[in-house]
Amino acid sequence: MVYLNSTFYYHDSRNSIPLYFVKGDLTLRKWIQTAKLSFLALLGMALLSGCDKSNFIVLNPKGPVGQQELDLIIISVILCAIIILPVLGIFVYIVIRYRDKPGNKAPYQPEWADSKILEVIWWGIPIIIVAILGVYTAKTTINLTKPPVKDVKPIVVQVTSLDWKWMFTYPDKKIATVNYAEIPAGVPVQFILTSDAPMNSFWVPQLGGQEYTMPGMAMGLWLQADKIGEYFGSGANFTGKGFAHMQFRVKSVTQDDFNQWAAGIKKNSPALTDKGYKQLSKPGLEKELSFSSYPKGLYEDIVNKNGGTYYDHMSHMGDMGSQSSMSSMKMEDKK
Amino acid sequence: MQNSHFFVTGDPMIYGADVSIALVSVAIIFYLTYFKKWGWLWREWITTVDHKKIGIMYLISALLMLFRGGVDAILMRIQLAVPNSHFLASEHYNEIFTTHGTIMILFMAMPFMFALFNIVVPLQIGARDVAYPFLNSVSFWLFFLGAMLFNISFVVGGSPNAGWLSYPPLSENDFSPGPGQNFWIWGIQISGIGSLMTGINFVVTILKMRTPTMRLRDMPLFSWSVLSSSIAILGVFPILTVTLVMLTIDRLLGGHFFTMTAGGNPMMWVNLIWMWGHPEVYIVVLPAFGVYSEVVATFSRKRIFGYSSMVFSMIAISVVSYYTWVHHFFTMGAGANVNIVFAICTMIIAIPTGVKVFNWLFTMYRGRIRITQPMLWVMAFVPCFLVGGATGVMLAAAPADYQYHNSYFLIAHFHQVLIGGVVFGYIAGMYYWFPKIFGFKLNERLGKWGFWLWQIGFYVCFMPQYALGFMGMTRRIYTYNDSMGWDMGWAPLNYISTIGAFLMGIGFIFQVWQILYSIKHGERDVTGDIWDGRTLEWSIPSPAPAYNFAILPVVKGRDAWWYQKEEMQKGNVHKEAVKYEPIHMPNNTGIPFIMSVFWFIAGFGFTFEWMWMGIAGLIGVALTLFARSFQYNTDHYIPVEEIEKTEKARKNYGSVHRTAN
Repeated sequence: MVYLNSTFYYHDSRNSIPLYFVKGDLTLRKWIQTAKLSFLALLGMALLSGCDKSNFIVLNPKGPVGQQELDLIIISVILCAIIILPVLGIFVYIVIRYRDKPGNKAPYQPEWADSKILEVIWWGIPIIIVAILGVYTAKTTINLTKPPVKDVKPIVVQVTSLDWKWMFTYPDKKIATVNYAEIPAGVPVQFILTSDAPMNSFWVPQLGGQEYTMPGMAMGLWLQADKIGEYFGSGANFTGKGFAHMQFRVKSVTQDDFNQWAAGIKKNSPALTDKGYKQLSKPGLEKELSFSSYPKGLYEDIVNKNGGTYYDHMSHMGDMGSQSSMSSMKMEDKK
Repeated sequence: MQNSHFFVTGDPMIYGADVSIALVSVAIIFYLTYFKKWGWLWREWITTVDHKKIGIMYLISALLMLFRGGVDAILMRIQLAVPNSHFLASEHYNEIFTTHGTIMILFMAMPFMFALFNIVVPLQIGARDVAYPFLNSVSFWLFFLGAMLFNISFVVGGSPNAGWLSYPPLSENDFSPGPGQNFWIWGIQISGIGSLMTGINFVVTILKMRTPTMRLRDMPLFSWSVLSSSIAILGVFPILTVTLVMLTIDRLLGGHFFTMTAGGNPMMWVNLIWMWGHPEVYIVVLPAFGVYSEVVATFSRKRIFGYSSMVFSMIAISVVSYYTWVHHFFTMGAGANVNIVFAICTMIIAIPTGVKVFNWLFTMYRGRIRITQPMLWVMAFVPCFLVGGATGVMLAAAPADYQYHNSYFLIAHFHQVLIGGVVFGYIAGMYYWFPKIFGFKLNERLGKWGFWLWQIGFYVCFMPQYALGFMGMTRRIYTYNDSMGWDMGWAPLNYISTIGAFLMGIGFIFQVWQILYSIKHGERDVTGDIWDGRTLEWSIPSPAPAYNFAILPVVKGRDAWWYQKEEMQKGNVHKEAVKYEPIHMPNNTGIPFIMSVFWFIAGFGFTFEWMWMGIAGLIGVALTLFARSFQYNTDHYIPVEEIEKTEKARKNYGSVHRTAN
C-alpha cells in the first residue's frame, strides 16, 4: 500500500493564505465592484428617468378586475419579501463572517450538520406563507369568474382573433368592429373569446388579465372599465408572421356615448357580408374598421366550424350572470 | 419540394453563415486528413463507450450549442434594441426565437447535464463505468445527430418558426407547411429517445453499480440529484415521444389529433407538451442543485447541512413537478377549481426548493468559505435563484398570472431560474470537475472576468424585462411601436436589456478564452484532489484511468474520501499489499454511431417527406440493431500487469488503495 501524503492538499490548509488575497487580484476586484456599482446606478437612473410611472399599465388598473389582480400581485410580493429579504441578509452575513481568511475568529464546526429545530423552522415558515397565499389565490380565482359588479346589467362582446387582427361583434347591437372595441364605463363586460386562426390570447392589461382565444371554443372573460378612457390591448400568444401587429384599442365611454356610437355605426358604416368576412379572415393586417351589421350567427358558425360542436361551452364560461348568449347559440344554430 | 427551395436563400446573413460553415467544415476535414487523425477520431472518440469520454463529447457539444443559442439571443436583442427596427424581418425573428428556445433547453441544457452525469456519477459512486456503456454511446450519438439535424435547418429547408413548444394549430400543415417544423419534430424526437435512454442508464447505474459498501444514504448529493432527475426523465420523456409522434401523424399522414378542423384538439397538445415540459425544467435544475450541494460542502470545509432533508426535498420536487403543468396555461380557461389546484401545487414545489437554499446557507454557516471559481458561481446563484423563485411564486398565483402570462415578466422569470439556477450550476460544476476530467484547472483571472461580465450582463439584461412585463410588452413580438400608433414607452428598457445581452456574450467569450488558455497554462492537478474534496472522485488521479478505480473503494459513510483523509493523516491507515485483479471492461463499438447516422437519414427523409429515404433510414436502424445482437466480442479484461503499470506510473498520485474485500 503506497501513500504519498506529501502531495495531498489537506483540509488543515485553511490556515494558509489563499490565492485571492494576492494584491494584484484585490485591485481587480475593487475595480470590478466599482464597475458593477456604476452599472447598477446607471440602470436605476434609466429606470427612473426613462420611464413614466403611468407606463406600468399592469400596475395602473382602471377597473375592478385589474384591481383585484393587482391586489393579489401586491400580496404575493409582500409574502415573498418576508422570506427573501431575511434570507438575503443571512446569506451576506454568513459569507462575510465565515470567509476562509487568516485569523478569522468565527466558530468552525465542520461536523455540525443537523438541527431538528432549524429544519422545522424552514419547512414551517414557507408552508405558512404558501397557505396564506393559497387562500388569497383561491378567493381571487373564484371571484374573477363572476361579474365584477352585481347590480348592473352586463353586456356581451364577442371576440374573434384572426390572422392578424381582432374582430369584435356586439350581439345586442348587431354591429361589428375590427381592431378596436367600445364599451360602456361602469358596466361589466363579458368578452366571449374564440379564434378563427391559431390560438391567441386577449389581453387588455389595464382592465384585467388575459384569456386564450381558441378555435372551436367560446370562453368567457369578465372585464370592466370604471372610468372613461382608451386602453391598450394586444394579442399575447404567438400566431405567426403578423403577430406583433395584433394590437387593438379598447375605448370606454359613458353609456349614452356608447349608445350613440353604436347608433352611428349602424347608420353610417358598411355591412359585413359573408364574402366580406371571408376576405377579412385571410391572413394579413387591417386597420380599424366598423360594420353596421354582420351575417346572422357569424360568431356561432365560427365556433362550430372549428370544432365547437364537440364542446359543452357553458362549462368554460364561469358564472354567466344574468345574461347568457351561448345558451341561445345552439338554438340559432338549429334554425 | 423543389430543389430551388432546398437551400435557404434570400438573406445576406444566411449566405455569410453558409460560407463560414463551409469554411469551418473544410478546415476540420483538412486538419483531420493532414495530421492523419481520422483513425484516432474513430478509435478514441466515435466508437468509445467510456463514460468519461462520452461526458467530454457532451460537454463540447453543449458549449457549441450555447454559442449557437447565444448568437440567436444576441440577434433578437439587436432587433429589439430600438423600436421599428428592420434588422430582422418578422419570419426571420420567429425562426430565431424558436431555435433559441429549442437549442438552449434541449441541445444545451440537456447535454450539459448529461456531461456532468457521465463525468461525475460513476466516479462518485465508485463504479468503473455506467450500467449500460453501449446504450450510453447510443444516447450520445442520438442526441448529437438529432441536434445536428435540427441545426442544418439553418442551411437547408428552413428553420422552424412556431415557437420552442410549437403549439398547434400554428405548427400544423395549414399554418406551417414545409420542412421547418418537421426539422423541429425530428431533431427533438431523435435526441429525446437518447435522453430517455440516458435516464434509464443512470437510474440503473446508481441503483446497481455503486461500490458494494456504499449505501444509498451514504451517496453524495449530486448522485442523488441525478437519480431524482433520471426518475423524472423516465416518467415524462415517453410523453414527449408520443406527443411528437402524434404531431408527425398529423403532418405526415394527414391525421387530426391537433388540427383546427375535423375534431382535432389543439388543447390536448398544450396539455401533453407541458406534462413533459414542466417536469423537464425540474429535470435540468435538479442536477444543478446537486452541484451546489457538492460545491458548497467542499468549499465550506463542512458536511452538507440536513442531508436527509436535502434528499427528501429533491424527491419531493421530482414528484410534485408532475402536478404543476397546468400553470403554463392558467389562461386556457380550465376553470377556477383546476386553476386553484395547480396554483397551489406550484406554490408547494417552492417549499422544498426554499428548504434547499436554507440548507446550503447553513452548510456555509460555521464553515470556512473559500471563494474559488465554482464557489463564485454558487454565490451568484443564491440571490439570483431567490429572486427567480419569488417571481415564480408570484406567477403561481393564478389570477395574477392572467396579467403576467406571455409577457416579458414571464420571460424574465424563466431566464432567471434557468440561467441563475441551471446555467450557473452547470458552469459551477464544469469548473469544479474540470481538473478531474482534464487534469488541469481553469485560469482564475480570465474566469473572474467571465464571471463578472456574466453577472452584470444578466441583471442588466433581465431586470428591465420584469418591468417591460408590467408595461404590457408581450413575448415573441419582432417589433414594437409600429402599428396603431401606440407608444408604450418600451424603448429605453429594451435598449438597456440589449446591452446586458452583449455583456453576457462577452463573458462567454472570456470563458472560451479561459479554456483555450488553460489548456496550455492552466495549473496542473498533480494530486487528483485539487480542491481538497470530500467524495470518492477526488480519491483517484486526474484524469482518471480508463477503469477509474483499480480496486473498488470501501466506503464507511458520507463524505467517504474526507474521512479517509482524516484517518490517513492520523496514521490509522496502514500499508497493505495491494492485490489487483483483472478488470472487466466493455469494448468500443461503432454501432451506436452508425445506428444514429441511420436515424439521422430517417429523420432527414421524413422532414422533407421523402418517404423512401425515411423508411430506408429506419431499415438501417433495424439492421444495426440486428448486427449488434450478433456482436459477440463485446468486452475484455484489463490484465493485472497493465493495471500495475498504470498505477505505478501514477504513484505520485493519491489514490485510495484498499484491498478488494
